[in-house]
Amino acid sequence: MNKTYINGVGCISTQKTFDTVFLEEAIYDNNKTVLTIIPPVYKDYISPAASRRMAKGVKNGIVASALALRDAKVENVDAIITGTGLGCIEDSEKFLKNILDNNEEFLTPTSFIQSTHNTVGAQIALNLQCKGYNFTYVNGAVSFESALLDAKMQIEENDANSILVGGIDETGDYTISLFKLAGRVKDESNLPADILNSTSSGAIYGEGGAFFVLEKDKKETTYAEVLDVAIKNTLDISEIEDEIAAFLSTNNLQVSDIDALVLGFNGNADSDIYYKTISEKAFAATPQLYYKHLSGEYDTASAFALWMAAKIIKTQEIPEIVKANSIEKPAYKTILLYNQLNGKNHSFTLISK
Amino acid sequence: MAKGVAITGMGIISSIGNSVEENYISLIENKIGISRIKNISTIHADVIKVGEIDKTNEELVAELNLNDDNNFSRTAMIGTIAAKQAVENAGITSINEFRTGLISATSVGGMDMTEKHYYDYFKHPELVKYIACHDGGDVAEKIADQLSLKGMVTTISTACSSAANSIMLGARLIKTGKLDRVIVGGADGLAKFTINGFKTLMILSDDFNKPFDNERKGLNLGEAAAYLVLESDEIVEKQNKKVLARVSGYGNANDAFHQTASSENGDGAYLAMKKAFEVSGLKPSQIDYINVHGTATPNNDLSEGRALLRIYQDEKVPDFSSTKPFTGHTLAAAAAIEAVYSVLAIQNNVVYPNLNFENQMEEFELQPQTALKNKNIEHVLSNSFGFGGNCSTLIFSK
Repeated sequence: MNKTYINGVGCISTQKTFDTVFLEEAIYDNNKTVLTIIPPVYKDYISPAASRRMAKGVKNGIVASALALRDAKVENVDAIITGTGLGCIEDSEKFLKNILDNNEEFLTPTSFIQSTHNTVGAQIALNLQCKGYNFTYVNGAVSFESALLDAKMQIEENDANSILVGGIDETGDYTISLFKLAGRVKDESNLPADILNSTSSGAIYGEGGAFFVLEKDKKETTYAEVLDVAIKNTLDISEIEDEIAAFLSTNNLQVSDIDALVLGFNGNADSDIYYKTISEKAFAATPQLYYKHLSGEYDTASAFALWMAAKIIKTQEIPEIVKANSIEKPAYKTILLYNQLNGKNHSFTLISK
Repeated sequence: MAKGVAITGMGIISSIGNSVEENYISLIENKIGISRIKNISTIHADVIKVGEIDKTNEELVAELNLNDDNNFSRTAMIGTIAAKQAVENAGITSINEFRTGLISATSVGGMDMTEKHYYDYFKHPELVKYIACHDGGDVAEKIADQLSLKGMVTTISTACSSAANSIMLGARLIKTGKLDRVIVGGADGLAKFTINGFKTLMILSDDFNKPFDNERKGLNLGEAAAYLVLESDEIVEKQNKKVLARVSGYGNANDAFHQTASSENGDGAYLAMKKAFEVSGLKPSQIDYINVHGTATPNNDLSEGRALLRIYQDEKVPDFSSTKPFTGHTLAAAAAIEAVYSVLAIQNNVVYPNLNFENQMEEFELQPQTALKNKNIEHVLSNSFGFGGNCSTLIFSK
């Protein structure tokens, strides 16, 4: 069975994650409830004429995928697989508002077209003229992991040698206001946020796009091998530890083999308890990392986490700003990522040197 | 030749019936489900025709025994109804007994509730619960919850090919041994959002849709949900399960031509069919019936027809028909309902009529089957294409 290697990465996020080494300019701003993207210079990648019509998510997806391809030193791929929770939500908002405000009259199709969830994957395919397999997953917090799992299966099954896989989400003003109303976003009265030790509900929100070139062959640009990805819709807090042990055991690993654990703490005390449970018990002696204080929460924030974990394995360095405890290891060979959102859509991703 | 992944259960709700049996009877008795829209208030009501499920949201809530504080979108309700039928049909009593997954598909998700309440959320606290049902994944999560399914749940959204891709992924998950059993399919309810979206693209017909007809004017939108249960051969043997048919081939490709239009020569469609034949090990000539995508838009039928001619070259294109004159184009659910129709074609040895066809297209000599035809059906090919150039082909076998 073929192995799956991460051979190139590209990340656009609420931190400067392009034209930098590795989060050296990152800022933990705990006085905001919604973080916004640090935009790259789009015109370096997309013609200004095309860029004007493009949704934020499409632009970020195109740039992040271009960075990943360049990083992997490949021109094209056999397949493109993306994950997104809400797609180009700004265009959905715009089209819906136009329908409601103008009583279904005077509408133009552009925002309707971009609101389709697979727009990012389709636009990348169009730009690359990639006629291969092209899937888009939209299942909340496992949207990106679904794409990653699919890509790994494609490579294992010998259906593709190289695949572009990514997770993209954007914030939309009205949608964020609805999320605030529904209590999903942390109330401003609970600022400054202490993501790791939060006692209030609601998360710090964000947006971003991260892409990876996965290939069956190891080469000089290789970051890490994707060992396994698992998705589980529902788990009780009491089941987490056993679930992880079983996942590790199917990969012939145990807790002590994990050199770093990446957790999706987002400041929502109600569901961060899933992370707390394992961070305080089974993995108490393992270096633990967190990232949503930098990236914000969004359905595909876990793609930012994979970007970070892949960089750690390649550079063997962990930026101080993402350390959740003070434990260190002489080498970072195997990293486990665990994510969930509001106690649903759990994912476990295992990568190694 | 691999024998394909076993289908052991099916469930469906559409404008031509609330069960597999009702859908089948409509198909063989020419009972169409296209009419004026009733459940959604739209200024286009007197212009467009739709394939609407003949149940109000209140009736769906009652049928599912949902509490008053539920936040189900219409899509989630019809999805749950179809998925429950499929699980029952497959004789599954203990859903988590094997490694069981749910791969769903949707394009609108809970948009019907979002568009209904969008500006009212701030004034009416009792509506806030519907904010969470907007996103595409909510439909699958509601269905999983209703089925008490705890394992792998995900959703594919590649516009109008979505459910073909969920069936494809499900088959691959079984083949690779990642899951033992998977419920696959899709659901899409009608929404003002999609009605107006397709309206702005000027591809809605004001009449009954006429696939592959020279004077076709566009599509009728529809709503539906369908799910199929796929199981590993180990379970089939162990539990002595009845196999309804098998998923023997699948292929996905991108047209990489235009965000909403298909290329003139149907590159994506051709590649998807070619891959499906490779996976199945079948030759094009072994296909007995093609359930075409056939949306009746000028662009789709021309592109799909050309792709078929490229696949068949000098050979005769088998009997083909689009079932969209019955149901309308049900978007992300289309490939799932057409998968159910393909399995029924295999079980009953029938080719469904392509209704409303009158005149052959001037670009080529392709004539769909226009009357119900009885003949032995071993293999059915089903196409589904979507925005973003997403092209998918499935092959079902006896």
